[in-house]
Amino acid sequence: MTTQGIRWFWYASPQTFFPLAGKIARVCAVLAVIFALAGLYVGFLVAPTDAQQGEAYRIIYIHVPAAWMSMFVYVVMAVWAAAGLALNTRLSFMMVRALAPTGALFTFIALWTGAFWGRPTWGTYWVWGDTRLMTELILLFLYFGVMALQAAIDERRRADRAGALLAIVGVVNIPLIYYSVKWWNTLHQGASVSFTKAPSMAATMFTGMILMALAFWTYSIAVAMVRLRCEIVETQ
Amino acid sequence: MKTIVRRDLLLALRRRSDVATALLFFVIVASLFPLGVGAEPNLLRAIAPGVIWVAALLSSMLSLGRLFAADHADGTLEQMLLGAAPLGVVVSAKTLAHWLVSGLPLVLIAPLIALQYDVEAGLYGVLALSLLLGTPVLSIIGAIGAALTLGLRGGGVLLSLLVLPLYVPVLILGAGSVEMAAAGLSPEGQLLLLGAMLIVAAVFAPWATAAALRISSE
Repeated sequence: MTTQGIRWFWYASPQTFFPLAGKIARVCAVLAVIFALAGLYVGFLVAPTDAQQGEAYRIIYIHVPAAWMSMFVYVVMAVWAAAGLALNTRLSFMMVRALAPTGALFTFIALWTGAFWGRPTWGTYWVWGDTRLMTELILLFLYFGVMALQAAIDERRRADRAGALLAIVGVVNIPLIYYSVKWWNTLHQGASVSFTKAPSMAATMFTGMILMALAFWTYSIAVAMVRLRCEIVETQ
Repeated sequence: MKTIVRRDLLLALRRRSDVATALLFFVIVASLFPLGVGAEPNLLRAIAPGVIWVAALLSSMLSLGRLFAADHADGTLEQMLLGAAPLGVVVSAKTLAHWLVSGLPLVLIAPLIALQYDVEAGLYGVLALSLLLGTPVLSIIGAIGAALTLGLRGGGVLLSLLVLPLYVPVLILGAGSVEMAAAGLSPEGQLLLLGAMLIVAAVFAPWATAAALRISSE
């Protein structure tokens, strides 16, 4: 444990991670507020009005980052679940418990804002035939399933492991959501941003969206850390 | 594997009422829809594939609870966990037996329901084929949920919450194939995807089910 850098296994213990989690939570909460204010400022006051969709497009600053987070939080949760099953660490399962409600919240926000966006642009709140909408809805049910399973089992160890396994099984849904707009011809528009080519939108719009995404990221970390501290206090 | 399939089939045969109940449930649910939505023939013809598939889904989910419950109660399951046979194979065999008594009868009786709904005779084949490919997927995926909720109070409701979201793609493809055929298009694409799902599920899901069984019976 004398190697340079962070002592990872030192922090794998809930007791030693507890103060660090508090620090991370505070820093990330402050960052989230700053990013959110900056993102909302750029998004609502600086960015131009969209040529086709008018002012209604501005919901993108909530919708897209929330949708990103809904998928990303699930993947992170599944990774912690796998780590927990493989390494048998208590903290990993606590991370799964801490992340699930945040992920469910973002999935719900993505669906809700998507419905409000769809009303003026598609003329309807909800389309049953759209693959991306369906897969995102399934994602919400998966989050609920993991949380319900954890809540239903009294014995802590079994609850954690069962929830973790379900989370890992549900991962098959994530690529379906991500590629649904490519593989199927859906009403939902294709991705506006990708890693390989320049974003197909104005620079200020892009900045606003990234700022909001950063805000959601830091918010997720902060909330997960607070919930993790509660879990630690509850169990130890 | 053969021994377990034979044993489970024999056990099911001794308790015929269980098998019959799931099948009756399927028939009753499918018969309730015309009473609820009205007897308009064109409407019924349009909703028939969806109704039959949803009824099959619910019926197969209801019988999932029995998959491991009896063996769990009398300790056989623990013997299987400790035994020399790989657990994945045991799980596959049990799932296969479960499908033979709960899924296969649905496939056979579905054309009769389709007849009630006045579906064109040419579609029976597609409907039966889609159910033949789809219901095993339901059993295989459902086994994971059944293993996870083993021995829990209120397990039945929880099981539906866990398993139904995972059933959605099967439902869409299965009902979609019949609707495609009804519209005069080739249902081949949907059926091939269903077949692909069956293969992938049959390969990977027993592994997850085995892990879930180990977690549940620690």
